[in-house]
Amino acid sequence: MKNFTFRLTLVAIVLALALLFLWPTVNQWFVDKDKDHTAWPHKVINLGLDLQGGMHLVLEVQTQEAVVSTMDRYSDDLKEGLRREHIRSKDQDLINGDTLTVTIIGSEALDKFKKWAGEEMSELVPDYDPQGENTVCTFTLPESDQKAIMDSSRDQALETIRNRIDKLGVAEPDIRKQGEKRILVQLPGVTDTQRAKDILVSTAQLQFRLLDDRQDQVRDYINRRPPPGTEILYSKHVDAQGRVSSRPYLVKKKVLLTGEYLEKAYANMQGQFSEPVVSIEFNKKGGFKFARITGENVGKPLAIVLDGRVFSAPVIQEKISGGQAVITGIGNMQEASDLAIILQAGALPVSLKILEERTVGASLGKDSIKTSTNAMLIGFVLVVVFMAVYYMGAGLIANIALILNVVLILASLALLDATLTLPGIAGIILTIGMAVDANVLIFERIREEIRTGKAPAFAVDSGFSKATITILDANVTTFVAAFVLLQFGTGPVKGFAVTLCFGIAASMFTAIVVSRLIFDYFLYYRNVRKLSI
Amino acid sequence: MEWIKPGINIDIIGKRFIAYVFSAILIAVSLVSLVMHGGPKMGVDFAGGAEMIFKFETLPTAQEVRSALATIGLEKATVQETHVEGQTEFLIRTDVADGKGSDIAEQIEAVLEQTLGTGVELGKVDMVGPQVGKDLKEQALMAMFYALLFITVYISGRFELKWIPPLVMALAIIGVAYFMDKFDLGIPAQIAVALVIAVAGFWVLKLQYAMGAIVALIHDVIITVGVFSLVGKEFNLPIIAALLTIVGYSLNDTIIVFDRIRENKTRHTRRALDFIINRSINETFSRTLLTSLTTLVVVVCLYLFGGSIIADFAFALLIGVLIGTYSSIFVASPILLAWQKASGEAA
Repeated sequence: MKNFTFRLTLVAIVLALALLFLWPTVNQWFVDKDKDHTAWPHKVINLGLDLQGGMHLVLEVQTQEAVVSTMDRYSDDLKEGLRREHIRSKDQDLINGDTLTVTIIGSEALDKFKKWAGEEMSELVPDYDPQGENTVCTFTLPESDQKAIMDSSRDQALETIRNRIDKLGVAEPDIRKQGEKRILVQLPGVTDTQRAKDILVSTAQLQFRLLDDRQDQVRDYINRRPPPGTEILYSKHVDAQGRVSSRPYLVKKKVLLTGEYLEKAYANMQGQFSEPVVSIEFNKKGGFKFARITGENVGKPLAIVLDGRVFSAPVIQEKISGGQAVITGIGNMQEASDLAIILQAGALPVSLKILEERTVGASLGKDSIKTSTNAMLIGFVLVVVFMAVYYMGAGLIANIALILNVVLILASLALLDATLTLPGIAGIILTIGMAVDANVLIFERIREEIRTGKAPAFAVDSGFSKATITILDANVTTFVAAFVLLQFGTGPVKGFAVTLCFGIAASMFTAIVVSRLIFDYFLYYRNVRKLSI
Repeated sequence: MEWIKPGINIDIIGKRFIAYVFSAILIAVSLVSLVMHGGPKMGVDFAGGAEMIFKFETLPTAQEVRSALATIGLEKATVQETHVEGQTEFLIRTDVADGKGSDIAEQIEAVLEQTLGTGVELGKVDMVGPQVGKDLKEQALMAMFYALLFITVYISGRFELKWIPPLVMALAIIGVAYFMDKFDLGIPAQIAVALVIAVAGFWVLKLQYAMGAIVALIHDVIITVGVFSLVGKEFNLPIIAALLTIVGYSLNDTIIVFDRIRENKTRHTRRALDFIINRSINETFSRTLLTSLTTLVVVVCLYLFGGSIIADFAFALLIGVLIGTYSSIFVASPILLAWQKASGEAA
């Protein structure tokens, strides 16, 4: 009977807060689905991807590629340096993408080479292995530099993905690092999965490269090695009937200009057949470069290559100043706008690999909500009826506690910005079953005490105090299991663990505090002489 | 209403050997089934692969779906019809999970639409690469492992006021697990070794409550996994969540009996332990039955009405609640007696 007013106030405050935090959710789910709740509090219970439909991707950033391309640049520098300094050498090679080797011929050349390498390739760790007249020189990148390069490529990739998703216009995406080189992307509501994947995973490396003069012989080179310094790339064209055609191009390997100088990219229609195109604008520096390149190569075809696919190869009519270009050869407007998105968002420094994909269609998500809420309601009603029949008056008290329990779980989900998933609903359902446990423990104790002949007030008092310790012990262990799940689990499993944790906390509160309060009310204010239990 | 009459006195301790035989048979059947099936059947989450659910406007037969898949070289895909609320869907599973096959779901959707000439809706895709699958499996097993360790430390502390020995032991076991990591035994073997060490440690340190609890938990997990193996169901992430919940639930049950034993020990100081245990089990029998019943009711509802995606999860809970209730009465508490004969002292 102690502190009755204090406990009543506590319960009233908790209940009021719970309802307050639930209000935005109730408002959005049942009253007005589209209207955003503007008044405080704003937080609506998040529905997991498995309930609202959407896409979950785990991408692996191929960070090793960044190291390879760094070493590739050193390899070019080395070739250039050897030529300029007139150093006799042979067998220059890049092994495993991270070890550069070259054999220097003669000791005089070696001295000269060491001096050059000491200046120009000081970041690399050299190793000289004399073999008679010659010396095999090996260069590697220090571990720490490799890691720095890999980390920065991952961070860049993350940034690029963020930009692209921003432009895709997905509401409330979740993008985060996961471990050393994985990126987790959650896109609620996205159902055109192929398109989303294409936009995310294309590296979008835009290149301007000249076609080889022997373009008319390209078909001959398909079956044999193309001339040195060139490669065969294809265009891809999809017509209105969905037929795919492609055409080979003999393209020079040397890249004249890349997309890094790009400032703007937008899709529009152009030409007499209203062909979809992407117009691009270079920044100042890129504009100058583009003007120089086009000026030097008037009359030659310039291929626009994106991720190894040739879009078009128009012949340069005149020097193009002003820094604008147009990419044609695009299938449809959708593709053009996607292309503009990825170009504008920037190229990925390295490629990405999809490690994990989970997609739930919107309608399946709705079905899941429907079936699981049904299961919840049926289970709830059965338990409530059972408690009322088995414990009568006390059963009603347990039922009030049970209802409050569910309200508290949902309110804490909203308050703490947790996500409700399908297993999360299962967690609530399970909690309904287990929540009565605390009350059952208390009631059984009270019955025992009554059997020993105690008066109601004493029976209730000792029943509660004896059961409380048991309830604490029993729940702490369940809590440990739930907490471990929370630490190790991902996605839906985490959602389950969250509701389980809240459920345990809520059921302890409702059983120990709320039920007790109601008992005390009847015993002291209503002077109930005989317990209905 | 009162189902269990007060003063009920079933001689559970006296018949404990019958329960041991029953448990031993269940465990043996589980292990045999697991060995025969080459371990638990791993779903896409752990084995890697792609699992998809398709809905159709006009329903094809499984054979039609299979032959459509064969045209794009997916003869080996598993095709399964599932029924939910009057709707029929097809569940298709392949082991293509390489990054290159990341548009496998779209490929299948396209080929089904073309060859069957009907509207196809992609309900759900789960594509897990082999590396991620391996990581997820390790994480899941580690979760089980740590949960067991923490829980046993708590039990020893609360029921025997021994905090330091179990804590030291838990740290030692974690150390051993890390040490074994170097030998590349694989996580399951590592956990098995760690558990054997744990049980042996509890035995030597005479941590009887922790011992009773952990034996009951291992018992429950093995049997649930065994039943899954027997009926050919797969393990996925949610099932691990279910297993951990079972661990929590079963322990909850066990602790309530333990708690009563602790209480009765102070009340009947002159009585033998087997009397106290038997009495405690009987006194809490009514509560055990009621809680198990309400939990079972909701889990059954979840199983029957929760939809196909959650059905396996509910099934695991169903088995777990049944076996967890049984073990807290017939396995966990009787084990407290294990030291009695060996040491001749009433613990």
